[in-house]
Amino acid sequence: MSFKDRNIWLLMPALLLIGICFLYPVSWLLQRSVSEPVWGLQNYFTIFSKTIYLGVLWNTVAIAGATTILCALIGFPVAYSMVHSSPWVRKILIFSVLIPFWTSILVRSFAWLVILQRGGIINDVLIGVGMMAEPLDLVYNRFGVLLGMVQVLLPFVVFPLFSVMARIDGSFVRAANNLGATPIRAFFRVYLPLCLPGLLTGAMLVFIIALGYFITPALLGGRGDIMIAQLIFERIDEFGDWPLASALAIVLLVGTGLLFLLINALLKIRGGRI
Amino acid sequence: MLFHSEKFWIGLRGVINVLLVVYMLAPLVVTLVISFSSALYLTFPPPGFSLQWYEKMFSNPTWTRTLWTSVKILIPAAILATVFGTAAALALSRMESRWAVAIRGLLMAPLIIPVIITAAAIFGVFRIWGLYGTLSGLVIAHVILTLPFVLSTVSANLAVFDRRLEDAASNCGAPPWTAFRRITLPLISPAVMSGMLFAMVISFDELIVSLFLSTPRVRPVTVQMWSNIKGDTDPTIAAIATVLFLFSLFALLMDGLARRRSGRAPGL
Repeated sequence: MSFKDRNIWLLMPALLLIGICFLYPVSWLLQRSVSEPVWGLQNYFTIFSKTIYLGVLWNTVAIAGATTILCALIGFPVAYSMVHSSPWVRKILIFSVLIPFWTSILVRSFAWLVILQRGGIINDVLIGVGMMAEPLDLVYNRFGVLLGMVQVLLPFVVFPLFSVMARIDGSFVRAANNLGATPIRAFFRVYLPLCLPGLLTGAMLVFIIALGYFITPALLGGRGDIMIAQLIFERIDEFGDWPLASALAIVLLVGTGLLFLLINALLKIRGGRI
Repeated sequence: MLFHSEKFWIGLRGVINVLLVVYMLAPLVVTLVISFSSALYLTFPPPGFSLQWYEKMFSNPTWTRTLWTSVKILIPAAILATVFGTAAALALSRMESRWAVAIRGLLMAPLIIPVIITAAAIFGVFRIWGLYGTLSGLVIAHVILTLPFVLSTVSANLAVFDRRLEDAASNCGAPPWTAFRRITLPLISPAVMSGMLFAMVISFDELIVSLFLSTPRVRPVTVQMWSNIKGDTDPTIAAIATVLFLFSLFALLMDGLARRRSGRAPGL
């Protein structure tokens, strides 16, 4: 028996499973989005014409975008610090990014509730030391969502950045300094461009994952922070509205897919140059 | 000049490091501490320590039943994902056609596309097939979600695996199965193990697909936690959260040991 024949048998279980129980259901979803209540694109027109759905789409992009920017802004100094710290400090930093990464999002969202709610730790402390008379609204709003989402998604930008920064040759920046560049100029003209592949990969990854987020906004957000994944869940769970939910799912799928292709293309261009 | 002073930058880095550690670990520390609280409500820091929430967790049939349901899902799901994923990784590593790229993409798709889409799609079809609300339905769904992890972990290991070892065994007269069992499998087993560990962790933590597929009769612990957190934040959840956390930590440690033995680099 040749390797070729054996390969087919080795692939069969996984392919059959993914084909029947994943690919088929997703195409079934696609079909429902255009076939009900009658054939046509009316479900898509509904999504892109009604204010409530447009509002949710806008929320999704805005929250994902803000999460991405915050992750990049926080992730950059963190990755830099990881690369340039002593092995011992680096270990602690990697540990503190990795451990939460493998802890359930549900657990972490619960913990943020405990920390942030009106009777939570932060408000207790603020009132206890007399800084505040009234508890602050730290959760069930945009602030809570972003705090929770950035914590969950930060590793996705820190690790690609870390691996890129670790390979940057420090003599480039020193050369720029010796040639008379101010530290700020050397940073923007030399160091940042060298980090860009890692930063872009990480940021795009965060953005894509954030677009489909469900648990964190559902637990830490308010009514005004509903994202597309929650809307899909609600339409199916509460209303059994398959046509609209399917169309929403396909919009999310296409958006995510296009962005994913874009990352791949970016990586290829960058890979050729560096 | 402030920006030119070495001290300023070292200090800034220290501040960033401390803030990061607090931000990333505070939720876990708070959960851990509250789970041992002696208070009857959520308060921090707790007035004293006790194991009451763990007792409540293990004496409450809802929690023990849902925890047990999760275990009944994660064990078969992780085993199936590991077997299917490893087999697929072996096959793909030997294929050189363009098909290999497409097939790998297809098998990795459940990891890339948002889980909510997978969940909605599977729910819709499984209802028609009568798999909704069944243990087997949940197991199948979890295999789909965890298979990509096994596939990528084992594939990464196979990429650095020296095929000549297996060829040598074949040339010495070993039948394919013997060559695989005696040469290939022992060499890739740490990667297979870590794939399986992560499949278990992901299955145990999975919420979204389970939310769609479970009924009050067949309900994993995450779904129960979800409805409790949405209703009222009771310290018992901190105890359950700690159990979930310790499970992930244990898997991570086991993986670290496997990596050390195999000499693979640590990381994701």
